[in-house]
Amino acid sequence: MPGEPFRPQPGQLIDGFIVGDELHRGGMATIWSVRHEDTAADAMPLVMKLPRIKGGDDPAAIVGFEVEQMILPSLQGPHVPRFVARGDYTRTPYLVMERIDGESLRPRLDAAPLPLAEVVDIGAHVASALHELHRQGLVHLDVKPSNVMFRADGTAVLVDFGLSRHDKLPDLLEEEFRLPMGTAPYMSPEQVQQVRKDPRSDLFALGVMLYHFTTGQRPFGQPETVRGLRRRLYEDPVPPRRLRPDCPPWLQEVILQCLEVRPERRPQSGAQLALALHNPDQVVLTERAARMAGSSRWQRLRRRLRGLRDESQPPPQPGAVSQLMKSPIVLAAIDVDHAAPGLLEQLREAVRRIVLTEPGARLACVSVMRTGRIAMDDRVDEQGQSRHVKQLVALKHWARPLLKSLELDEGRLTFHVLEAPDPALAIVEFAERTRVDHIVMGARGASALRRHFGSVSSQVVATASCTVTVVRE
Amino acid sequence: MRTAILTDLHANREALEAVLEHAQDQRIDRHALLGDFVGYGADPGWVVDRVRRLLAEGGVAVQGNHDLATVRGPSPDMRPEPAQVIGWTRQQLDAAQLDFLATLPLQHEADGVLFVHANAWAPADWGYILGRFDAVRSLHATRAWLTCCGHVHEPRLYHLSNVGRAGDFVPTPGVPVPLLAQRQWLVIPGAVGQPRDGDPAAGYAVLDDADGTVTWWRVPYDHETAARKIRDAGLPLALAERLAHGV
Repeated sequence: MPGEPFRPQPGQLIDGFIVGDELHRGGMATIWSVRHEDTAADAMPLVMKLPRIKGGDDPAAIVGFEVEQMILPSLQGPHVPRFVARGDYTRTPYLVMERIDGESLRPRLDAAPLPLAEVVDIGAHVASALHELHRQGLVHLDVKPSNVMFRADGTAVLVDFGLSRHDKLPDLLEEEFRLPMGTAPYMSPEQVQQVRKDPRSDLFALGVMLYHFTTGQRPFGQPETVRGLRRRLYEDPVPPRRLRPDCPPWLQEVILQCLEVRPERRPQSGAQLALALHNPDQVVLTERAARMAGSSRWQRLRRRLRGLRDESQPPPQPGAVSQLMKSPIVLAAIDVDHAAPGLLEQLREAVRRIVLTEPGARLACVSVMRTGRIAMDDRVDEQGQSRHVKQLVALKHWARPLLKSLELDEGRLTFHVLEAPDPALAIVEFAERTRVDHIVMGARGASALRRHFGSVSSQVVATASCTVTVVRE
Repeated sequence: MRTAILTDLHANREALEAVLEHAQDQRIDRHALLGDFVGYGADPGWVVDRVRRLLAEGGVAVQGNHDLATVRGPSPDMRPEPAQVIGWTRQQLDAAQLDFLATLPLQHEADGVLFVHANAWAPADWGYILGRFDAVRSLHATRAWLTCCGHVHEPRLYHLSNVGRAGDFVPTPGVPVPLLAQRQWLVIPGAVGQPRDGDPAAGYAVLDDADGTVTWWRVPYDHETAARKIRDAGLPLALAERLAHGV
């Protein structure tokens, strides 16, 4: 192990990579712009990450870098920098990956409180990105503003996987350290208790970010001891609306839900959290939304004696992918205007069975209001409004028996009337955006409508990227 | 170079054929065979000949405890069933096949990779690696970066960091695990011929030393035929039945 951290010289060649400028110097690593000697100047821009190892006395930096070297190549998609190469510790340890231009979210902390629309937008983008990583079996475990970047098109990118855990790779950190690992302000209660398998830990950290961006303050401060870290197990944060009166109750509801001690009381997946942030009018307001004070001294004492803000220890989680599988979003696409009564009933039964099997499932009821392809004038718009309301009423009426037989609490059910000229396209686009796991819809019989419009369901089956169940009468 | 690591074949022709066919699709350059080619199963002669051919094609092989016991023949201190199996197996092999088993080395080490049947601390004593404690003992006994062994019939990965922390991991079939050079690793591919982790599919692993990854695989095979042959040969019924359940 080298005694001094390795510092390359600009222009130096490492395994075919030509080192350029130093872009960033962090506590654990430095980031350099690099280019491979065999590639054209306009190839994908790259960076090289080098660990800052201090005389071998910093196992956290070494193992963290090892973890990232192990995990990054297994991750795919737009929400991570693409992996290019790694060099091992017996020679020069490094990681080469795609360069994500622009700033992280870190400077936005200094600007907090941010405009509410920006807070919601950040929340929805990061929640979607986390959902995609969780789906791949990853729990990030160090979600914070400096680890979130954005592509030019607005896609959120998570960086730095030095504390992460992957369901299908060995967890090198699990055995390594006796202290909780993470960044103190953002660490979830279960992380404080050394649980590293729960993807909902990342939603807690995102909740801390959203709280900070909304109020300009950290919900649990910046503790420097394990004792200080443990306070979040029994102390509720000051409600955001107390610090920022124009924070709407629904946003306080969502943020405080993310900050629940018990993971099962938080949003159950990134997709479910994004769904809430995209549909404020559908967020069910509980006592959290109205709360105007943190926990009282009495509550804190009582919880402290019990050990937690709540009754019991968090049950151990089997991993990221299985948590997501337990929390699917089911989309019921209902043609309330045209479907035959018998079909509507069968659809209800099909949806009931699917939602029944997973207590963590969310149900999104969708109906499409067909619009002309040309913009409407005011008069038509007024008619449109009443059609919209009528469809919504019909949709809720359809779902009522379901609500009762499943005893769904309202937070698990949302309604959406989409206005679009092409129903199949509208359903598929909504499903993609909302990261729906399963679409349930009816097939039209051999009716005149079907001859006229073609089959919506077959179009959805052909183009959706999730499971589709087509119910026939 | 891509090496298919096979161990505990146990005279199971159907399992070995399925694994070799699967490995062919994995663009394998050579085979490493970690012993226990015979014992339990009904095709010892066929399996030994196939192993010899793999060696002729550039493979490596080490000796397992069942191979040695078959060479020596049943002894009076053995329980009746193992003695019966060993006696039967010995009768199925000709002199050349027995000589092949007798002259196998206990271990093979090259380029920082150690192949051994049971463990690195005392290969001839056949001690099992049943947990982290045994794994660390074995990793301490070798300078090799990677140890591959069999003997226990369940797929597992152990690792030891340079500050002495050990971990273990149950691999997911088909997911490559990067074995980084800064720690020691111990790979147990699982058994080809008699899996015991509740999954009857044959187990093996592929080591790719170009990108430093190991990928575990499970290959379903015709265990009903393998079991029928065991019954037809008059070997203990339990040896046939366990194949269907992978126990």
